[in-house]
Amino acid sequence: MNELLKITDLSVEYRRNGRKIRAVAGVDLTLAPGEILGLVGESGCGKSSLGKAIVGIEKLASGEVQFKGNVVKPLDRRGRPPELRNLQMIFQDPYGSINPRRKIGEQIADGLIVAGKPKKEAFQISAELLEKVGLGATALDRYAHQFSGGQRQRIAIARALAASPDAIIADEPISALDTSSQAQVSNLLVSLVQEFGMGVIFISHDLSVVRKISDRIAVMYLGKIVEIGTTEQIWNHPSHPYTRALISAIPKADGNSNMPLDLPGDVPNPEFPPAGCRFHPRCPLVQVNCDKDVPELRRLKDGRDVACVIQTLNQDVIPLESIKGR
Amino acid sequence: MTLLNVENLSVTLATSSGSAQAVRNLAFNLDIGEILGIAGESGSGKTMTALGLMRLLPHKGFATGSILFDGKNLLAESNKAYRDIRGNQISMIFQDPMTSLHPMIKIETQLTEHIRHHKKISQEAAHIRALELLNTVKIPDPASALEAMPKQFSGGMRQRIAIAVALACDPKLLIADEPTTALDVTVQAGILRLLDQLRREKNLAVMVITHDLGVLSSLTDRIMIMYAGSEVESGLTSDILKNPRHPYTKGLISALPTSDLSGKTLKTIEGMPPELGKIPSGCAFHPRCSYSRDPCALEIPQAVQISAKHRIFCPVNPLVNS
Repeated sequence: MNELLKITDLSVEYRRNGRKIRAVAGVDLTLAPGEILGLVGESGCGKSSLGKAIVGIEKLASGEVQFKGNVVKPLDRRGRPPELRNLQMIFQDPYGSINPRRKIGEQIADGLIVAGKPKKEAFQISAELLEKVGLGATALDRYAHQFSGGQRQRIAIARALAASPDAIIADEPISALDTSSQAQVSNLLVSLVQEFGMGVIFISHDLSVVRKISDRIAVMYLGKIVEIGTTEQIWNHPSHPYTRALISAIPKADGNSNMPLDLPGDVPNPEFPPAGCRFHPRCPLVQVNCDKDVPELRRLKDGRDVACVIQTLNQDVIPLESIKGR
Repeated sequence: MTLLNVENLSVTLATSSGSAQAVRNLAFNLDIGEILGIAGESGSGKTMTALGLMRLLPHKGFATGSILFDGKNLLAESNKAYRDIRGNQISMIFQDPMTSLHPMIKIETQLTEHIRHHKKISQEAAHIRALELLNTVKIPDPASALEAMPKQFSGGMRQRIAIAVALACDPKLLIADEPTTALDVTVQAGILRLLDQLRREKNLAVMVITHDLGVLSSLTDRIMIMYAGSEVESGLTSDILKNPRHPYTKGLISALPTSDLSGKTLKTIEGMPPELGKIPSGCAFHPRCSYSRDPCALEIPQAVQISAKHRIFCPVNPLVNS
């Protein structure tokens, strides 16, 4: 298959007080060209660690990331091998990711100069990229503080585009922005995907935007993917109780004063993950053996993958409404 | 019964290029046990309205007009007299609970100090009250929570503790400025349910400031939409969300990702809200408004009453009569 990214059994570990914490615990994912894959889950579930590990900013504890057939190695002081330059990342905080003391133009041109372009041409391309993200070439000689949050995020996108990326990992790119800037930045990403056929992994906790722009959605809980499928499958017929809980917690702006459903408890400390299914202490549909058996991702008849004992391999989705908890 | 009556409220702030009005001629009221939502983009004056009420405006900022709370004009009270009202009869919670919680002081001290500042009760009585409060906001194991530091709690639990501090003196009015914006949806749902329960059980009046129309829909009785420091539309929550009349409100609603599921492009309102001190003449929204006509740039729109509780500040006929 023609995959941009192939992620196999990826794990990320941190050390705290001499103990190992597995922030990402064995994730398999693929990303195709022209595809937007939404990655959702509560904070602390490992979304950002996974994103950083994919581009090589975070060291892998196990597993492998392949980008267009090349293995992604952790970033070291010597910089990035040329074959990985087309894999880029955008961060949540556009205030932190742009150098406040350097002109915007210089920062965008950096990537082009490293790639071997002459200086003059690099600035010319930078101007074109700034046009493309809707800022205009006048931004070249200005500094970060002269722009709003939404504009800075577009600058960050222009800088990522300087590497003519084939894949972009966008880690909460719109969470720090105003509603109107959110729409503009997400529309920009969508138009770039449609124009250049890039693949994007869109990490966000805002499920309604993810639903709008993603082709597929992966739901993460405590370091593991619990369900992955097309947007339509995930949204309209969730097959994992956690997916359903996330969706029913979104308040609807329909004027009907319906309270959203809450999911009691917090994401557990990844230092001490619950035995069996990691979601079982919070699961409203917990079954007899959920605290012992670790559910594996299995493919259902409709092609999605889910890790829950309720669902059976190669079968239709069992509607969660028909299930009773223990 | 009316608890809060705001008339002609304006807030003026000092900026590097002179003074600028962040809130302009605002009028609204709030009943006991009612939840009012204030919505609008950032820079629309939502937070400055709340800070004006709390008398916590930034340096050199001041409020004019009248704020009648429980019969007293808050703007006429001395600073000393107001200190007995703030935190006692009117409390506020913020987007980041660490704004109001001290990171280095244990929860018990933060709660009891506050209670004993306003009420002459013993340390033991304050301790019991603190346990009660943590129970009200559904913190598991309140006794050991009292001994803990704020950093030992998750974001959602910290917001619950901030709510407990705000409730410590049984206020009549709680102002919540983006109380759930920084939280996960699952945790947000819990906080919304808690606020609704407090209103029902304690008859607490709540003023919620948020840009999230979903939050407003589930929690509030009435909504006021603000733009560039002024009200553009207000009414019952269901009227505003199901039958918006002002072009700005309509724009906000159609920009929701859930409003139109076809395609991947989100709708936006063209242009940006005006900066502080650069508010357009006439109707502040006219440069971005698709219904704009010549008089819109000249005349400040007056309130048009749609029904008893629903009004818009827009004289353009097709919207009024639709």
